[in-house]
Amino acid sequence: METIQGSEPRMPDPEKPYPVTVLGYPAEMIGPKETYARVSDQIAGIPLKHPHPKFWFIAFALAGSLFLLFAVAIGYLLYRGVGIWGINIPIAWGFAITNFVWWIGIGHAGTFISAILLLMHQKWRTTINRFTEAMTLFAVMCAGMFPLLHLGRPWVFFWLLPYPDTMSLWPQFRSPLVWDVFAVSTYFLVSLMFWYLGVMPDLATVRDKAKTKWKKIIYGMSCLGWRGSARHWQHHQSAYLLLGGLATPLVLSVHSVVSFDFSVAQLPGWHSTIFPPYFVAGAIYSGFAMVLNLLIPIRRLYGLQNLVTTRTLNNMACVTLVTGWMVIYGYIMEAFMAWYSNDPFEKHMMWDRAFGPYGWVFWCLMTLNCVIPQLLWSRRVRTNDIYLFFVALSVNVGMWVERFVIIVQSLHNDFVPSSWKMYFPTKWDWFTLFGSVGMFLVLLLLFIRYIPMISITESRELIAQRKEGQL
Amino acid sequence: MIEEKTSVTTLPEPQIEYEEPTLYGLMAEFAEHEELLEAARRAYSDGYRRMDAYSPFPVEGLAEALGHEGSAIPLFTLAGGIIGGLGAYFMEWISMAKLYPINVGGRPMNSWPNFIPVTFELTVLIASFSAFVGVFLLCRLPHPHHPVFNAADFDRASNDRFFLCIEADDPKFDLGETRKFLEGLKAHRVTEVLE
Repeated sequence: METIQGSEPRMPDPEKPYPVTVLGYPAEMIGPKETYARVSDQIAGIPLKHPHPKFWFIAFALAGSLFLLFAVAIGYLLYRGVGIWGINIPIAWGFAITNFVWWIGIGHAGTFISAILLLMHQKWRTTINRFTEAMTLFAVMCAGMFPLLHLGRPWVFFWLLPYPDTMSLWPQFRSPLVWDVFAVSTYFLVSLMFWYLGVMPDLATVRDKAKTKWKKIIYGMSCLGWRGSARHWQHHQSAYLLLGGLATPLVLSVHSVVSFDFSVAQLPGWHSTIFPPYFVAGAIYSGFAMVLNLLIPIRRLYGLQNLVTTRTLNNMACVTLVTGWMVIYGYIMEAFMAWYSNDPFEKHMMWDRAFGPYGWVFWCLMTLNCVIPQLLWSRRVRTNDIYLFFVALSVNVGMWVERFVIIVQSLHNDFVPSSWKMYFPTKWDWFTLFGSVGMFLVLLLLFIRYIPMISITESRELIAQRKEGQL
Repeated sequence: MIEEKTSVTTLPEPQIEYEEPTLYGLMAEFAEHEELLEAARRAYSDGYRRMDAYSPFPVEGLAEALGHEGSAIPLFTLAGGIIGGLGAYFMEWISMAKLYPINVGGRPMNSWPNFIPVTFELTVLIASFSAFVGVFLLCRLPHPHHPVFNAADFDRASNDRFFLCIEADDPKFDLGETRKFLEGLKAHRVTEVLE
């Protein structure tokens, strides 16, 4: 029986340098020869020695150009207003909210991996949690931009916050849009605190390995003089576990609140009780796909196969498959409820979704999100970097298309035929979407350049547990 | 020649007071975390109290072995959660029911189910924030300079070595005796840590 926890028998394989499980996966979650000093050197060596500078600079130049495009798109938006986008009544939400929901969904994998899997003692999360948490932070930053840019007058965004202003106005706390402000900003801040608490001891390792004065000072200051005292570890571990416990309901709440933006409205295609769980499953689905898309090239380039093992990728592929089926269940239920409700508007919406003017988008979504990911049933696909990369890419694009269908298709054909209209994105819509990808990649490249991207502390714990025979 | 020499007025010797480096403690170095844990237990049962252990990853039971009680972080978190939850609900109630009452869909002014999401989010936020701040308060961080960083090879405390430091202000501390005691604990080596 294959378990993801590592309790199955280990067998020698003459072709492979490590013991394998019955089904041929690497049995260890961390390379067999690793020691404390080796993992410290390997992981802390990446920010200190900066291997593969050519790749990094080329990638940074490309991402940076997209980021500049984002800056131009935002600058023009601030100058001209949201009219530069293709949005209008009845489709007032368009790309901006599609991008918002997509980015925040991607941001869900990080906290899911670091908090929920921490509480469930899933040890394979150890070597990927730092990276995915950073990915979460950057994805939420990108997500947070869009509702603000969509405000029309982004410079008065602080009107969303409750403070005793001179106009004696207060936000309308019965509105899901205000809940969103609190949910997204809480999610960002809690993820940031959780991430910093985890990274602090590793920054101390980099400080102690740094050779030059400035690196010592900068890393020494950023780890706040961490010295690994037993008392400090006790407080640190207590807080880390509690933050994990607090972040667990938070992950589930954030996308639920985002789904309320839709499901509280009366619109056919939005007004549905399945939305909160369906959105959360979709968020974790796209989040895991994004982790796979980012980790597969990085792991190969920086030679981290001994830490992020094939076994880890296989487990992530399994989670992707499971959450994918939750999302498919959501699609089936949406169609079923439209039929079962016998509501003419619901029925029309569903018919229009599949066979109306946006039908081709819907069938793209079905192919990308439901059909192609079924390849993950095959062990060959789950353990092959290249296949897995492309399946994950399909999920990422598919989830963006899903949000587009939910938002644009539902809005374009509501109750009164006189208000039916099509939505056509302009070039500025596309620039903003791709520009936000640039911002995300710029932040991610800076992270892998300057901060240990795998938790050194927790990798050492894995080694210690293996020495004690617990793993 | 002689006159020239005497004409030079010699400045008085600058009176810099060099502080004699004082002893902070004795540092024992171990290769495995079990050895450190055992050493901490032995030192505690031997009567040492002012000491600390340093390790590259959290060792379960180490703080308890050194005689520390449980962490106060859960209390911080609980207090933060209660303040956050009550504060959030109060804010929603005072603004929606008292300061700026508006009728939304005929709901009562104190429409509590609508106030739950923000109450929940702020409970989590303030609880997490107090846990986070609690770590720095209780650990007294930031603290970029500390005498233990003077210990030989202490950079390995964040890499692959485990250290136990018995501090000089412990009432039972005696340079010779304590050194002998630490050497008897399978320590790789014992060094003096200067302040």
